[in-house]
Amino acid sequence: MTIKKISKIQPETFEFSKDNLLEVEKEVKKYPKEKKASAVIALLYLVQKQNDNWIPLAAIKYVAKLLGLPYIQIYEVCTFYSMFNLSPVGKYFVQVCTTTPCMISGAKKIVEICKKNISKNQNELSENKLCSWTEVECLGACVNAPMMQINQDYFEDLNENKTKEIIQTLLEDKMPTPGSAKNRKNTAPETGKTTLLEEKNA
Amino acid sequence: MPKIIVNNKEVEFEEGMTVLQACELAGEEIPRFCYHERLSIAGNCRMCLVEMEKSSKPIASCAMPAVDGMKIKTNTPFVDKARKGVMEFLLANHPLDCPVCDQGGECDLQDQSLFYGLDNSRYTENKRKVKEKYMGPLIKTIMTRCIHCTRCIRFATEVAGIPELGAVGRGEDTEITTYLEKSMESELSANVIDLCPVGALTSKPYAFESRPWDLKKTETIDVMDAVGSNIRVDTYGWEVKRVLPRVNEDINEEWISDKTRYACDGLLKQRLDTPYIRRDGRLQKASWSQALKLLISKIKSFHPNEIAGLVGDLTDLEMIYSFKLFLEKCVGSKNLECRQDRIYINPEERMNYIFNSSINGIEESDFILLVGTNPRLEATILNARIRKAYVKNKIKIYSIGDPGDLTYPYNNIGSSTSIIRNIVSGKHEIYTKIKKSKKPIIIIGESALYGKTGKYVFEELKNFLFNNNFIKKNWNSLNILTQHASRVGAIDVGAYLIDEKENFSFFDKLDNDDFKFVYLLGADNISFEKKDKFIVYQGSHGDKGAEIADIILPGAAYTEKNGLFVNLEGRCQSAYKASYPPGEAREDWIIFKDLANMMQKPLGYNNVQNLKEIIDKIIQSKINNEISKTNKVDFVEGNILVKPIDYYYTNSIARSSKVMSECRQISKKFLFTGIEKAS
Repeated sequence: MTIKKISKIQPETFEFSKDNLLEVEKEVKKYPKEKKASAVIALLYLVQKQNDNWIPLAAIKYVAKLLGLPYIQIYEVCTFYSMFNLSPVGKYFVQVCTTTPCMISGAKKIVEICKKNISKNQNELSENKLCSWTEVECLGACVNAPMMQINQDYFEDLNENKTKEIIQTLLEDKMPTPGSAKNRKNTAPETGKTTLLEEKNA
Repeated sequence: MPKIIVNNKEVEFEEGMTVLQACELAGEEIPRFCYHERLSIAGNCRMCLVEMEKSSKPIASCAMPAVDGMKIKTNTPFVDKARKGVMEFLLANHPLDCPVCDQGGECDLQDQSLFYGLDNSRYTENKRKVKEKYMGPLIKTIMTRCIHCTRCIRFATEVAGIPELGAVGRGEDTEITTYLEKSMESELSANVIDLCPVGALTSKPYAFESRPWDLKKTETIDVMDAVGSNIRVDTYGWEVKRVLPRVNEDINEEWISDKTRYACDGLLKQRLDTPYIRRDGRLQKASWSQALKLLISKIKSFHPNEIAGLVGDLTDLEMIYSFKLFLEKCVGSKNLECRQDRIYINPEERMNYIFNSSINGIEESDFILLVGTNPRLEATILNARIRKAYVKNKIKIYSIGDPGDLTYPYNNIGSSTSIIRNIVSGKHEIYTKIKKSKKPIIIIGESALYGKTGKYVFEELKNFLFNNNFIKKNWNSLNILTQHASRVGAIDVGAYLIDEKENFSFFDKLDNDDFKFVYLLGADNISFEKKDKFIVYQGSHGDKGAEIADIILPGAAYTEKNGLFVNLEGRCQSAYKASYPPGEAREDWIIFKDLANMMQKPLGYNNVQNLKEIIDKIIQSKINNEISKTNKVDFVEGNILVKPIDYYYTNSIARSSKVMSECRQISKKFLFTGIEKAS
């Protein structure tokens, strides 16, 4: 992994939408007044949510002014965390987990499908500019491996066909239903409950 | 006092010290890269590991607070092995380019690897390569060499007050950079070169110029501003190669401004190396005897009252005093002035033109009022002190007049002289704030003393401070911020022309064309027109003064003579000769001695020692002469405007410097595209 490149094409301005400004207020309120800089990561997430999963330079300046921080500090945060993107990644950002459990259960095949259907390389936009993919480290859903994350949602228990189907839907600018491809609830066993059968809410 | 045992030796230490500092008290040297006394503690280089009793792991001594009864060992095989391990990691990615590295010979990593480095590397992998970063015309970067000590980041954020540097990325990919590779916008930026323990940040103008062991080092005084920073001038033959700071806790700590450091290439350019005489409207080379003979015949052809002398900004005391003697004894004229513009001075007592609270005093202060001054550009090092005081004590700073960004927050309370009237009469909120504070500081800049309002601003504020008992022996709140190295000394020896009624009588006469013959002693920031005046310029550089001169006498620059300079606090310091004047140029006091001898009216001193003693006596009598006198003044309506300063072009040496021109070009760009300040 090298330092993220800043996109050459940058929007002139960035401003939070009205809804997000309310969110900002909530986040900033969580911290004492003189420590409002602590809200920086939450705010950067909001930026990504609003701006198709990436942070333009205008937004770095905007957040810096909002929190009273120097630009370089926001830039440091953006480059430190792999979850922040500094160049466009598409409206649908596919993150394929390739850490051990997923890899054993076939993450490599999913990567191949992404390469074939979305773009040849990671962090490269698909032809219709809607979608890109990247390999990531463990996303903490090992029980339902292999899995991938698209924007805010997890797609679990994937197989080749299901992955192809999901990516096809994305490329048609539609959001597929998240969750397990095997239709299991959260991390419950595939064949249904085996213990605590008499407990209703277990 | 708590005690600590270092290598079985018991030492007392002060509460709040770190283990590293306590070890130093015990006389043990601890290797370090990231730790620096004047910066916050980062603890990320791990070079300062020591062994602590009851700890199974070595501890980073720079970040561990010392506690009473701690037992520390710094010379065991355990410590040695730990440090060797750290060094191996640091060298894993550090290139082996010492032979072509400018830091070679004064590199912390080089020195410490002598003790803790392994003779060969165990790594077969490629070393990492990092792209060079642009940091402006002063700082050359070879970021592959960086060991991520973050000293530069902490300096920019804490001392310079310009948070422009940062570490982006993480782990192996960490890189130090400015935001989007912009040039550093601070006047103290080049200090990061001294701070860098390796060769990652080196000096761009000095790149590949010479090796430190080849240079002759002379400890001297800077003249770029009135602070009088202590510097070391490194010369190779005649050439001044570089200027480095010297530690002086009372003045510049260990920082110097970029102008101090990099104007030195101006010492090699535009130099006057032979006398010139204007013939048929053109300046032509001449010999010393021709020039001096013509000068004497011209002096004799004018009435003494038509002859005037103007002292420049970079002149030393010997020069000014011998000039004054020359004018008085040989010419018979009293028309001598050290100010180059209409700036009010009151030379009745010494406290009226110096920075009485002293630079160290700024840190003790609890209230600062700036009156018509921009300390960031007028006295960069002093501004760094104000910032230090702000960071340390969170003192409130107010300003009359708008100086722009000063690297710390301040309240602008307007720019009219009526505000001063309100403060003095108790109508303004500042009045109670000053009264309540124990050690207030009022800094009056030259912009506030300029023109008609100057007298009112100064005398009224002095009266106010005097009446409220803020002018005492142990604390004097009255401070004048002069901008030029020669100014305080020149006033000390009496190089001014003041009538009882009119402070600017010299300038009035100049404007009325009462002077027909003007002798410029290194005076380049002149504000009068030549018309039909006969002008003699004596100085080191072919600048504005030499341009209009009829006779040019080449003199020595500040690194080429021994000279006394009085800084803005009234501290007398001597500058030493690091190089020698070029060509036929001479030291200035010798020129006056020769002139006087040729006119057969000797000045009454034979050597420089003799001259120094006389000057010393004058200054001592000024210091001892304690009277506290106040003058009543009438209100003068006016505006206090902080005059814009062309920071990189304030004197003839800086104007001749190529590096300063580059800095100036870039600082101009800031105004148009510059990073807006957050918050």
